[in-house]
Amino acid sequence: MDVEILARLQFAVTIGFHYIYPPLSIGLGVLLVIMEGMFLKTGNKVYETMTKFWVKIFSLTFAIGVATGIVMEFEFGTNWATYSRYVGDIFGSALAAEGIFAFFLESGFLAILVFGWNKVSPKMHFFSTIMVALGSMLSAVWIVVANSWQQTPAGYHIVGEGMQARAEITDFWEMVFNPSSIDRLTHVLSGCWQAGAFLVLSVSAYYVLKNRHIDLSLKSIKIALILAAFASLFQLYTGHQSAIGVSETQPAKLAALEAHYDSSAAAALYLFGWVEDDQQEVKFGVAIPGLLSFLISGDFNHPVTGLNAFDPADRPPVNIVFQTYHLMVAIGFALIGISLLGLFLWQRKRLEKTKWYLYILVFSVLLPQAANQLGWISAEVGRQPWIVYNLLRTSDALSKAVDAGQVLFSLILFAIIYIFLFALFLFLLNNKIQHGPERADELSSEYRYQKTIVNKGR
Amino acid sequence: MEFTFDLNTIWFILIGILLSGYAILDGFDLGVGSVYLLIKVDDNRRLALNSIGPVWDGNEVWLVTGGGALFAAFPHVYATVFSGFYTAFMLLLFMLIFRAVAIEFRSKQPMKWWRNMWDRFFSIASILIAFLMGIALGNIVTGIPLGADMEFAGTFLDLISPYTVLVGITTVALFMMHGTIYLTLKTEDLLQGLVRKWSKNAAIFFIICFITLTGATIVFYPKMTDNLMNCPLLFIAVILNLLAIVYTVRETYHSQESRAFVFSSLVILTLMILFAIGIFPNLVLSDPNPEFSLNIYNAASSQKTLKIMLIIAGIGMPFVLAYTITIYRIFRGKVKLESTSY
Repeated sequence: MDVEILARLQFAVTIGFHYIYPPLSIGLGVLLVIMEGMFLKTGNKVYETMTKFWVKIFSLTFAIGVATGIVMEFEFGTNWATYSRYVGDIFGSALAAEGIFAFFLESGFLAILVFGWNKVSPKMHFFSTIMVALGSMLSAVWIVVANSWQQTPAGYHIVGEGMQARAEITDFWEMVFNPSSIDRLTHVLSGCWQAGAFLVLSVSAYYVLKNRHIDLSLKSIKIALILAAFASLFQLYTGHQSAIGVSETQPAKLAALEAHYDSSAAAALYLFGWVEDDQQEVKFGVAIPGLLSFLISGDFNHPVTGLNAFDPADRPPVNIVFQTYHLMVAIGFALIGISLLGLFLWQRKRLEKTKWYLYILVFSVLLPQAANQLGWISAEVGRQPWIVYNLLRTSDALSKAVDAGQVLFSLILFAIIYIFLFALFLFLLNNKIQHGPERADELSSEYRYQKTIVNKGR
Repeated sequence: MEFTFDLNTIWFILIGILLSGYAILDGFDLGVGSVYLLIKVDDNRRLALNSIGPVWDGNEVWLVTGGGALFAAFPHVYATVFSGFYTAFMLLLFMLIFRAVAIEFRSKQPMKWWRNMWDRFFSIASILIAFLMGIALGNIVTGIPLGADMEFAGTFLDLISPYTVLVGITTVALFMMHGTIYLTLKTEDLLQGLVRKWSKNAAIFFIICFITLTGATIVFYPKMTDNLMNCPLLFIAVILNLLAIVYTVRETYHSQESRAFVFSSLVILTLMILFAIGIFPNLVLSDPNPEFSLNIYNAASSQKTLKIMLIIAGIGMPFVLAYTITIYRIFRGKVKLESTSY
């Protein structure tokens, strides 16, 4: 295999594995703020127990997120040196801002969140929880800004020619608010909230089914359901906005998402199908004619730029983009259905009795994870063959000093280590879930300022 | 080269500060890791681990941010060094991963084999991380083969030489001294007595390495002293460095660990300053073709990016310092085991 395939595979493996964890931290971060806020507001110890239980899970996901995240920062330089030289002037400032604004905030206050229960007042602890949640979202901001710049470059000019060419910044804010930043950031964040919310839903539903920690679990389900419903509906909106954005800025990607070839025709929206790229047709497909045209322009007959408008060398691989995209959308709708159904059952006070629904919740944790991975594959493969859209090809962006043997070696090691880590993560997560939350009376003695707060609460 | 205090120089200094901050902070937790296996009782190992528990990942952020700043300010250095030292950096990454998960996982299960396994990962990774970083620094001093296209033209084995190994060992010794002084501060009773003894031995180990390394640098890489010779005022740094070393050893031997820790931090800082003086204005020396060296001008981002980043750093760094100090204040004093501990 050549070094390009190996380097891309390694990047895909390392980022795909990494991306299991930050969405959980971001989603759980928001839920921790709500849980601890409920404790401070009501003084009800159930919320304290709940918060402490989820802090433990949070710290587990956070640790693996940090460990696998450092890999990503190094990998631009190790495997994509030419790319790093090309975009360093632009991409670097986003990464540095991420470190200075987000990571320090996150890791500093995480110490108080996890270890500081006895060391600081409850209010200071709550403040730390908010800062950790904020820090984790800020890191998403900067990394999505950097990635969006690769999709829709703005605020730059090209200096030098040929292999010496590189992008230099001309306007920082234009770079930060490039055409796709906001749509993609909101889309990513709601995906993260879904990941966190459905983890809490899954574990809590499991407890209810096992008849354990009933009060705590039902309260957790309610908190998480609200976030899940909000995030799932918001996801529909941000997804729609993203698609409109893609139609304007990355027409080849949009055409690949729906396997649309003919530029003179209106574009259909497929529910599913299998793309035969050679024959330029979709097999076994079910489509609503003209719907894609309608969604992006408001007119069913509006012609949409098709793949035939692009040189074959400038087209992304169609079927993988099509499949990942459609699976992601299908999951998105399923999540809306699950969370609205939950709100309905809650309103009818049938949440704890509806066993089949609780079983759905237990397994639902996999759905946002799958959608997050699929969405990223669709977005990144849809940008191919460009690493920076219309400016730099992926095949030109590699490290010249690295050969295939070296990448194969590191790829194999990453695969082994990550499989091992994932197995350990599941093992420890399962252990924590089986162990369950601590009993409230064992915990509360730790709060030095506990009494005053509870009294105030009354 | 004429010295001008421009944006490129400011970023040379700022990255130096970030990496020094990293070396001082992560230095002590790597140092705790390097002697960790010498501690035998499980509760004592947990005490050692929890002495760095709340702070180690914040310390590592200094490396992440230093790396990000290097990428932003001097992308060619980032690209050349990270791709050129590919295998070494991959090993470093694997060690960083193992160390992080070892800290997080080891106390989650009571089984003896489980804890022993993670303890070994943690300690060996701590030593190797320090060693590999020393190797990387050593290669900046010796110079590496670079082509006209700024790309590394050697192999992994070219990075290993007696000199670079010596820098690696010295780094391990330095962190070992720094970490044992820190651990003495955080512990009590028998464990403290034991660690105190190790800190004295580590200080001796460091002195031997330091003298050997200084001698080797002067004899084999005299160009590291060119800037000093041209500007004798810079000898202040040499004097401060020597004073910091003497006082670290003295306070360690008088069991005055708080002072010793301040001095050992100063040792790290002044060593970084001397290293920076030695290479300035170069960032990566090319050997055998010095004209291909990467310096703070030919490897830098545009003036506009350097300016934007200076604003970002100006806004962000006061906050970073404020929370770093706050966190260390909250977790000051002797470490105790609690239900939230590792």
